[in-house]
Amino acid sequence: MKRREFLAGLSGSIVLPTLPRAAGAQVTQLDPHVWAITKGATVKKGRVKLELPQLADNGNSVAMKVSVESPMTAEDHVRGIHLFSDRNPVTRMASFYLGPRAGKAEVSSRVRLAGSQRVTAMAELSDGSFWSDTAEIVVTLSACLDES
Amino acid sequence: MAARIQMPKQARHGELIEIRILIQHPMETGYRHDDVGHLIKRNVINAFSCRYNGEEVFRADLSSGISANPYLQFYTVAEASGEIEFAWIDDEGKQGLERQSIAVKA
Repeated sequence: MKRREFLAGLSGSIVLPTLPRAAGAQVTQLDPHVWAITKGATVKKGRVKLELPQLADNGNSVAMKVSVESPMTAEDHVRGIHLFSDRNPVTRMASFYLGPRAGKAEVSSRVRLAGSQRVTAMAELSDGSFWSDTAEIVVTLSACLDES
Repeated sequence: MAARIQMPKQARHGELIEIRILIQHPMETGYRHDDVGHLIKRNVINAFSCRYNGEEVFRADLSSGISANPYLQFYTVAEASGEIEFAWIDDEGKQGLERQSIAVKA
């Protein structure tokens, strides 16, 4: 048997262990951290734009920008923007509270990411609706959880 | 706790102004150990607020998911001359306060 054939046969027989999804489970509307804010209201896709680099060399400091399409008037404005992480030990990374005085619904910061994951930004609007956007990011060096 | 704030000193009434703040803080996650193996207690800035002449224009609840020396960039509308006040508090209860004045022309 040639080495190539042997390897080809191997790849089909190996069953990769499926890890429990709990640690890396995607943040959904049913996530208790999300539910605590939405109280069960549906979260729609769109209006929110979460900007993260596709690849980060160092998870300790990753530039993040989130903006929401909103006129930011007294009648129609963004009340809050929440950030959730799939893999960080703290799921609810940050919450920003805005108001009509903000003038523009945009916040930038730097975040810490414990590994490659999907980050979710959710905006809470003054009419009670919720909108979200996600960003996939590959992190080469994770923000350390232990002494590493 | 030192902080560096960048914002315009003057603005026209109704103009959108960008505020950038960088606070010097380790944002200790609480998951790291020191040289002798003891867990380092979590110490992050958990709340930050920005007030424009006493009225809150921006507030943030932060966690260990925000980088050390937290940086925040946000916007507000220049309404009247006065002071913009920045306040924050960490897990140890240490508070930080910074003020910047702004002149608004009609």
